[in-house]
Amino acid sequence: MATLAIRNVTKNYGDLEVLRGINIDADDGEFLVLLGPSGCGKSTLLNAIAGLEAISGGDILIDGSIVTGLEPRERDIAMVFQSYALYPTMSVRKNIEFGMRVRGVPPGERRAAVEKVAQTLQLSSLLDRKPSQLSGGQRQRVAMGRALVREPKVFLFDEPLSNLDAKLRIEMRAEIKRLHQNLETTIVYVTHDQIEAMTLATKVVVMRGGVVQQVGRPQDIYDRPANLYVAGFIGSPPMNFIPADLTVEGERIQARIARNGAAPVAIDVGPITADRAVLAGREVILGVRPEALTEAGEAVRPGKVAIDATIEILEPTGADTFAVISLGGAAVTARCHPRAFHSRGPARFELDTASVLIFDPGSERRID
Amino acid sequence: MNAVDSAHLGARPRTALPTTQQRSDGFAIAGRIAIYATLIAFALFFLAPLVVMLVTSLKPADEIRSGTFLALPVAPTLEAWSKAWTSACVGVNCIGVAPFYLNTFLITVPATVLSTLIGAINGYALTQVEFRGSRFIYGLLMLGCFTPYQGVMIPVARTLGFLDLAGSLSGLVLIHTIYGVCFTTMFFRNYFLDVPKELTRAARVDGAGFFQIFFAIMLPMSLPIMVVTVIWQFTSIWNDFLFGVAFTTGENAPIMVALNNIVNSSTGEREYNVDMAAALLAALPTIVIYVLAGKYFIRGLMAGSVKG
Repeated sequence: MATLAIRNVTKNYGDLEVLRGINIDADDGEFLVLLGPSGCGKSTLLNAIAGLEAISGGDILIDGSIVTGLEPRERDIAMVFQSYALYPTMSVRKNIEFGMRVRGVPPGERRAAVEKVAQTLQLSSLLDRKPSQLSGGQRQRVAMGRALVREPKVFLFDEPLSNLDAKLRIEMRAEIKRLHQNLETTIVYVTHDQIEAMTLATKVVVMRGGVVQQVGRPQDIYDRPANLYVAGFIGSPPMNFIPADLTVEGERIQARIARNGAAPVAIDVGPITADRAVLAGREVILGVRPEALTEAGEAVRPGKVAIDATIEILEPTGADTFAVISLGGAAVTARCHPRAFHSRGPARFELDTASVLIFDPGSERRID
Repeated sequence: MNAVDSAHLGARPRTALPTTQQRSDGFAIAGRIAIYATLIAFALFFLAPLVVMLVTSLKPADEIRSGTFLALPVAPTLEAWSKAWTSACVGVNCIGVAPFYLNTFLITVPATVLSTLIGAINGYALTQVEFRGSRFIYGLLMLGCFTPYQGVMIPVARTLGFLDLAGSLSGLVLIHTIYGVCFTTMFFRNYFLDVPKELTRAARVDGAGFFQIFFAIMLPMSLPIMVVTVIWQFTSIWNDFLFGVAFTTGENAPIMVALNNIVNSSTGEREYNVDMAAALLAALPTIVIYVLAGKYFIRGLMAGSVKG
């Protein structure tokens, strides 16, 4: 149970800057997810928090005290590794109690702690097996048990689910979430999978090229991504980016999407703001989530704009059917009811104007 | 013929034409015979000296004089073996190879254990601990593998003299350990190269230090390569002649030097049967160790060469 603070942390390998001035705060009991593509520095940051890699600048604080120069064992952390890193010659029991043996915990206490963790993770029947005799999911649980038995201030997870098959991954994801809800311990979790980030996190940190792009609650990041990168990274299928022109109409701002051989689509995007006024008369990029664009009913509802378009591709997924249309020169995905369309061809869609985001193509930032 | 054909057809897909089938079978059998013939011929060729040694060692002296050296003994006897063990003359002392056997164990076992252990620590440090200049140090160690014994004789002699170890068994243990570390380090380093770094990291998070990680995790993992290293070190130290003859005298000589002295200190008639028995006794420990641990040897040599 502890807070975690990362203050201006930098990391260089020679001339290569891997982390550039990272600042993150995690409250007690936070489930912090570091999210980004491979090479974005998220694993380096996790190793720096663990004390496995030295940082070039800045400070890391656990529970308010600086741990920057401390060895991993002095930081009161536990870590679950991507490859599980189970000790191959030791039984499951020995794996789980290795840390306690190193710290000189008496055998009786060790046994009790192992039993308790084994029960929590349903490992009791596997305690005398070697890691090579376990399935992927079981190994994963042993790795978690090894971390859990320590009762650390902060748990660190390094892409713990990426070696599991899809079904097991969803099961283990739920198990980790349940674990966090029961333990209420601070967790730092690294992943490149935005679904994992959305489902697990209380706070998501989106990283790219060693720079934090956005920090926030999962829903906030989904609804109000700070820039084009975050907007495109979070969400599946990804957010649609549609070029449009911004104009001032009286007291309000209007976005116009040009169309080939048809009248442009005009969208009322709200009252004039100072930031948006600057962009008036220029080309911007509209961010539209697929669910903001759906099939139109008999009449266009308030707050919606009708768009007539030709369906180029239909992708049924069972729960939804995705229709790909061409809009403003971009291929745009609409999330429709599975029974709305059965074949390609002309159709009418409606766009929820309130959820349309505006991005500056120069700075790539969201403009409110 | 018909029976054979129908048996074939029963076992194989019917699409194959019988004639082609027969021809390729003929070729396969001929090829097999050629392979076995070659292998047996080579095996006989390489085993012949051993057979001669064994046969000769079991013959009484007059049988050696009268018969050919390939003839089997008419009245086999272990007399030559017992003489070689207890009373053959090594130089002027007629005490057999037994005391020199003990010498060689006293040299080989500590030197093997020490060099294997140091090699394991080196290999672990060179692969799992990141430090500046690790590649350079490994390069220097590799240089040791290519340095011929003859090139370091005089420096070694000076060093042993300086350490007051000249002529002693401990002196030989020291040289063999130092010389062996280059090879053992190479073996262990290449083995540990394939061990994921996360294992060491996990142990560090668990609170283990350098030597705790080494003894609790790395060493137990390295059993296959340890067997290879032990066999390698044991045989090369056991079979060493040059260091033994150069740096020991008289009763401290290792077995290979004693064997040489037995063969060279014949007065009057040459006792081939005793020479052969002594030579076989000298070779016995290395043969035993290969037979016992041979399968680990091959497995260990292959380990790390193919990424799984």
